[in-house]
Amino acid sequence: MFAIVSREQIAPRFHRFVVSAPQIARKHRPGQFVIVMPEELGERIPLTIAQADAAAGTITLVVQEVGKTTMAMGRMNGGDSFVSVVGPLGTPTHIERFGTVVCVGGGAGIAPILPIAAGMKAAGNQILTILGGRTHELVILREEMGAVSDEIFFTTDDGSFGRRGLVTQALADLIAERGRPDLVVAIGPAVMMRAVAELTRPMGIKTWASLNSIMVDGTGMCGACRVVVGGQTRFVCVDGPEFDAHEVDFDLLIKRLRMYLPQEQVARERYLEQCRCHAQGGHHG
Amino acid sequence: MAEPLRGAPELPRSERMKVPRHPMPAQDPHTRRRNFDEVALGYAPEIALAEAQRCLQCPNPPCVKGCPVGIDIPAFIDLLRRGDVAGSLVKLKETNTLPAICGRVCPQEEQCEVVCVVAKRGEPVAIGRLERFVADWEREHSPVSVPELAPPSGMKVAVVGSGPAGLACAAELARAGHAVTIFEALHKPGGVLVYGIPQFRLPKEIVTYEIDALHAMGVEIRGDFVVGKTATVHELFWELGYDAVFLGTGAGLPYFLGIPGENYLGVLSANEFLTRVNLMKAYDFPHHDTPVRPGRRVAVVGSGNVAMDCLRTAKRLGAEEVICVYRRTRNESPARKEELEHAEEEGIDFRWLSAPLAIHGNAEGFVTAMQIQRMELGEPDVSGRRRPVPIPGSEYEIAVDTVIVAIGQGPNPLATRSTPGLALNRHGNIVVDPETLQTSIPGVFAGGDIVTGAATVILAMGAGKQAARGIDAWLGRLAAGEVEKPRLE
Repeated sequence: MFAIVSREQIAPRFHRFVVSAPQIARKHRPGQFVIVMPEELGERIPLTIAQADAAAGTITLVVQEVGKTTMAMGRMNGGDSFVSVVGPLGTPTHIERFGTVVCVGGGAGIAPILPIAAGMKAAGNQILTILGGRTHELVILREEMGAVSDEIFFTTDDGSFGRRGLVTQALADLIAERGRPDLVVAIGPAVMMRAVAELTRPMGIKTWASLNSIMVDGTGMCGACRVVVGGQTRFVCVDGPEFDAHEVDFDLLIKRLRMYLPQEQVARERYLEQCRCHAQGGHHG
Repeated sequence: MAEPLRGAPELPRSERMKVPRHPMPAQDPHTRRRNFDEVALGYAPEIALAEAQRCLQCPNPPCVKGCPVGIDIPAFIDLLRRGDVAGSLVKLKETNTLPAICGRVCPQEEQCEVVCVVAKRGEPVAIGRLERFVADWEREHSPVSVPELAPPSGMKVAVVGSGPAGLACAAELARAGHAVTIFEALHKPGGVLVYGIPQFRLPKEIVTYEIDALHAMGVEIRGDFVVGKTATVHELFWELGYDAVFLGTGAGLPYFLGIPGENYLGVLSANEFLTRVNLMKAYDFPHHDTPVRPGRRVAVVGSGNVAMDCLRTAKRLGAEEVICVYRRTRNESPARKEELEHAEEEGIDFRWLSAPLAIHGNAEGFVTAMQIQRMELGEPDVSGRRRPVPIPGSEYEIAVDTVIVAIGQGPNPLATRSTPGLALNRHGNIVVDPETLQTSIPGVFAGGDIVTGAATVILAMGAGKQAARGIDAWLGRLAAGEVEKPRLE
């Protein structure tokens, strides 16, 4: 069992968990993730480690409510426990002094980019950060990202915060104004990462994306997470999660992420129904 | 207290040969293909005793030589016949840590039973079924018994992986007085016994019982711990304070076919399919959260025991048609005969001499069909089996919505790659000393599928036991100051 030290809602449907996992906190490197199984009958889902505190023996996870599992996690609190947390998994980010690194984070992808930006900053890179979300409140972790960035820019789809539009537009303008960066790291929805890759490919700017595929064990045993990179089948859990964004078959990734949509809907509706029953019963406070 | 089993008289030798082998009671095929309950129901006590009477008690028994771990088969059968089931189990456990499991999943027909002298004039003694009976009877009628443990040695051993090799190794080491921790990557211990072999062939309660027995012996099990990631082998020695390490990490890396269309949605490895259903209990979705796509027309590529498990599982999940695609014939199929027969009884459509050429899908990326090449058998290949050769122009398509690839597994590299200086062969398997099972690193031992490539439960279990002896000897030398723990950084 892995004790939840705290849960804090940081935006609509976004929660920040601090979880006691000393061995993982000690070994964590930027870019790595854990597989969490919240409860006994639960499923195993991959979550990137947003921060790790080796001294306190804790890791920070940012969870967006999208399906049954993450919605149920949003109702857990400090004092509760996750049944299983295993990691740190995946190949750590290759960190070195590249020069200028642009970190592009969209929606839930902002959390995993935080430790990478911090690591790149510590290695002496200039960090230019672009964060985007649908609306004002969904541009999460602004302060944390600001602290590890030399400059930071924001976009929202509705223009409620920062510049109106997509992160790719901000990135295109940034490149036009400042010249080519040495590296772009993009993490966010697959469509966003694909758009960033398409933008930087003709310019020949080295670009990495961190892929968020479906996993079961997370140790290379099942192959559920496989993607095609440079024409080769690769396992996100052990070969990734980061790959050369110009080589990733994003169309395939997007399709594979839709694999269990009907089942996900069944689970979500069943869960919401149960929540309604509890609420109507009114005995559970 | 359980009622003791009344023994059966010893039959004259000539009479024993006249008793026919007792069939195994099994669930009716029409019923069982819709449930996950165990198929083979086990002998009733009177049947077990009657079967035990068939054993000739050969003075120089070939069955013992046929057993990979050399169980004293005539002795355990004789004790059973006399009604001393507890004694029979002790005899089994001298060489086999997991008789309830091996009695179910061992390929006896090619090990002990194939050489049984009774088989020369009839059918062999049902050694596996008797082994299962003894273990089941004791489990159901006696409390968990803790074997006598040697006084604490003060030595700590890390066992990596909780499959058959790790469980057997841990039990032996605990008996020898060492403090043992098993490190398991998944949240539940048991390895392939839990994620791989389905409930209908090996009920999980049996694995749980064996794991409880290890707990009772003082063995600690740490789940959610991936050696190579959560800690390296070096850290097991120098930060977590272990004095020896056993690597029993198994064959957990799925092989794919390398044919076009393999990444369509609905194409999955046997490991993924079985892990979803067995470990994560996807058959009970949405009560359990992990989903599995219930295929209507399912093709399984391969014809080994894992393929049989996938075929029969797909049937139980409600598939209308379940097709086995294998490029050789039934004769070359590596599956146990019993598994093949069970699959046939359950209505699996076997397409022998059929090799998958390509997988087709629709615009959404889902599998729709598999293209198959008809084969014929040619000259024998290096394995001694006749090589399948394509018949030109014989390609055809079958409509499928799920393809499960069950063509074998390789060694999982997470632990081995993170251990500098560990000698591997060209397949990625660990190289060990055949006697002690020590690897190229002193104090690090290995056994099971990670050494041999995908093999059987009994071989892995035997290797775990053998390694425990090597580790025990090494710990003795460590205590005497003759050797030192390795530094791997």
